[in-house]
Amino acid sequence: MVVGDISRAIRRVDAVSKCKGTVKYVSDYSFGDCLWGRLVRSSIPRGRILAIHLPPMPDGYRFVTYKDLPEGGHNYLHMIATDWKCFAENEVRYVGETIGIMVGPDKDTVENLRQQIKIDYEEQTPAVTIDEGLACKGGAFVNDDNIHCRLSLKVGDVDEAFRKAAKVVTETIETGFQEHIYLETNGACCIPEDDHYVIYASSQCPFYISKSISPLLNLTPDKVVVRHTTTGGAFGGKEHFPDVVCGPLLVAAYVMKKGVKMIFDREEDIENSVKRHPSKVTFKTALDKDGNILGMDSVVCYNVGGYLSSSFVVLQRGCFHVTGCYSFPSIRSVGLGVATNTFPSCAFRGFGAPQTIFAVETHLCHIAEMLGIDPLEYKSRYFIKQGDTTSTNGKIVERVMIPEMLEQVKKASDYDRKSKAYKWGSGRGIGISFYNHGGAFTGNGEQAIIKARCQLHKFANGDVEILCSQTEMGQGFHTILPKIAAYVLGIPIEKVIFRNPDTSRVPDSGPTAASRSTMIVGELVERAANLMKPRYDKEEDFTVETHYEHPEGYPWDQNTFQGYAYLGYGWGVCAVEVEVDPCTAEITTKGIWSSHDCGHPIDEKIVHGQVNGGVLQGLGWGSTEVMQNTDGHFKQTSMSDYIIPTSMDFPKQGVYLVDNPYPWGPFGAKGMGELVFNGSAAAYIDAVSRAIGKRINRIPLPTEEVMNYMLHGTDLRSEIEEVR
Amino acid sequence: MESRICFSLNGKDVSITTDPLRRLIDVLREDFDCKGVKEGCSEGECGACSILLNGKMVTSCIIPVGAADGQQIMTIEGISATEKGKVIIDAFADGGAVQCGFCIPGMVIATYYLLSNNPDPTEDEIRLGLSGNICRCTGYDLIVESVRLAAKRGGELWKK
Ligand code: FES
Ligand code: FES
Repeated sequence: MVVGDISRAIRRVDAVSKCKGTVKYVSDYSFGDCLWGRLVRSSIPRGRILAIHLPPMPDGYRFVTYKDLPEGGHNYLHMIATDWKCFAENEVRYVGETIGIMVGPDKDTVENLRQQIKIDYEEQTPAVTIDEGLACKGGAFVNDDNIHCRLSLKVGDVDEAFRKAAKVVTETIETGFQEHIYLETNGACCIPEDDHYVIYASSQCPFYISKSISPLLNLTPDKVVVRHTTTGGAFGGKEHFPDVVCGPLLVAAYVMKKGVKMIFDREEDIENSVKRHPSKVTFKTALDKDGNILGMDSVVCYNVGGYLSSSFVVLQRGCFHVTGCYSFPSIRSVGLGVATNTFPSCAFRGFGAPQTIFAVETHLCHIAEMLGIDPLEYKSRYFIKQGDTTSTNGKIVERVMIPEMLEQVKKASDYDRKSKAYKWGSGRGIGISFYNHGGAFTGNGEQAIIKARCQLHKFANGDVEILCSQTEMGQGFHTILPKIAAYVLGIPIEKVIFRNPDTSRVPDSGPTAASRSTMIVGELVERAANLMKPRYDKEEDFTVETHYEHPEGYPWDQNTFQGYAYLGYGWGVCAVEVEVDPCTAEITTKGIWSSHDCGHPIDEKIVHGQVNGGVLQGLGWGSTEVMQNTDGHFKQTSMSDYIIPTSMDFPKQGVYLVDNPYPWGPFGAKGMGELVFNGSAAAYIDAVSRAIGKRINRIPLPTEEVMNYMLHGTDLRSEIEEVR
Repeated sequence: MESRICFSLNGKDVSITTDPLRRLIDVLREDFDCKGVKEGCSEGECGACSILLNGKMVTSCIIPVGAADGQQIMTIEGISATEKGKVIIDAFADGGAVQCGFCIPGMVIATYYLLSNNPDPTEDEIRLGLSGNICRCTGYDLIVESVRLAAKRGGELWKK
């Protein structure tokens, strides 16, 4: 099939084989006579390991710990920060922290032995919540204040705004843990081969794994080859976490001199994997006598857990997005990454942005409602435009099509009429949210840190292979990239080969994360295909290579966080309509409408699917996805008590797009995988608050919480707490 | 403890001598290489391991293999070779139903079961029919539309 208009949908290349069940995920490989591994983990949130009592080990079974590292081996996982140990040594900081790995030939025997391992601890008082972390409950265990990381941003003169204000209001907005529930649980296998090791893993970022775990055996990254296996969903949960799975496997394979594999079951995966950071954002907003915003101060606290790993970057993105789609006269934001004794939080679709966007959207609704103004009317006073200053004192480079998107959503949802007709507290409500997501790595990170490279190889038979490290995890990249190459070269897409990456044969084009794959690597492929095109008919067997080049004239300082954080944002508008049962507090969602700007879409159907999935995942986060942790243990440990949306829970979505070609993306495309998550929870909560007439400050919002707000909540019109 | 268990798998008579309490999903995947039967939750919640047992949709992760003795089992491997299965798969591919794919064999089975019993379902009936199958990627809409497409394209086939 020759690709027509780039946006017109084509069949995904992996659709039929996935339907038939013939695509292999990591648990579908046999891996010959591999051993089984099972992690032995801390059962307490905080303390010291005093002794480990092992049962008698049958032949061929072994318990592997940090003591088995070779001379020169470094017992840390080299993520963005290098503070997360592969194996706990003396101290444990969270329930589920890896202490060792039990390995042996028979899976059941391994499990049986694992259960017999007894560990004596000296327990210490854990700090579990953000507040407990800040209060250094049980004594600080990171620095002297439990603050893993911090940053601050300032635009304009906030202090002056507070001096001039007629009124200063303050409130705190909170969000909870969210579990990824990729349908395929974590799993990997490590096999020794000649002078190196081969890892097969369900993951997003094969090169991250090599880099992160090779120091365990004092090896260079090229000695740990990662072969990506088709991944059954990831959403950020397989960005760094596979390092935690693969590290112990590598050490076990080294000790046993044999392949070792490990497939988590669901309960193990939910209890012992990273989550979305819980957040607490406290605003202090200066208003003039008419209620206009003069300045906004925010303290953004994220629950980082026991180790920092990637969280500073998550927190940065959170703070950069704390002004949402708005431009306020002055802002200040302080971000704090709080150490607690919970499983370290990590990447999850949106990477820190959803929390602050939810917070600012909700805060603006509350101010508007206090003033008796329609939230949409109030928010629209502050919509950011091209050329306006961002939260990092950069400028918005592109045209912002919020007005056009808003028109689409208003028309589809009948917002104006419903917003007037459904009185606050009437049991019906419509809500609306605005959101964005900066595409790719922040600032010049793509150039300074990632340095992506990509190759195209033409074979004598006319086939073209794409060589890069991007992974397919459901988002459709195995279709998107070949589509771009085929389109430029004018060849059928069947002639373009794109395999799961193997780090020993592809260049490092960076992680499959940060909504960067289409925007950045897609552009590398487009450019490479353009280089190949004039030679395609003349030459038989050759390779072209492209490197990322950052556009000139958009400075960024990663030390001060000043400048152009993102050149291309995705933008979104979402409306949600609900009805609340006055007796049971049950919510029925009557409609969901969204419009998104992802530049010029590469494939409308793939974009449509991303919108549907992201919006629904955001609605789950805002409503039923309760993941509690009050004593260091996650309370929800299965899919029957952690409730994600089914096909019955929400109605069909109205999906709209605007076309806003991005000059530096392939065919004008920008990132969108995370954008589509960022706003639906805020629209939903806006709708529910209006329906019940109460101010909602916290998500998730299961039915019992709705009831709670209905009975004890604060009226939407009441004054927000004032401070000076 | 072991016993001999005989059943029909995708139209062929098979037998195995094993512990009758082993989970059916494990026997199908490990002993009969039906790797399209996926394990998502191990507790009957997600539907990824769905199969047809005597024509009824069940989750194979909570059924002991002993219960299959003398019964007829169809897995995705069998369904995808049938005419009805092909119609569904084509519709899923054209309708954009597939993302990561891990839930998809189960969704195909659920669609087969639904349309075989209700050839022309409404949107609500489709959503109900898929409600035992969890998908984290798609938000369901394009799967629902693909089911509708399969119903339309299959036409009379579903009444057979
Ligand atoms: S694995 Fe059987 S229902 Fe989920
Ligand atoms: S396509 Fe990934 S879970 Fe359904």
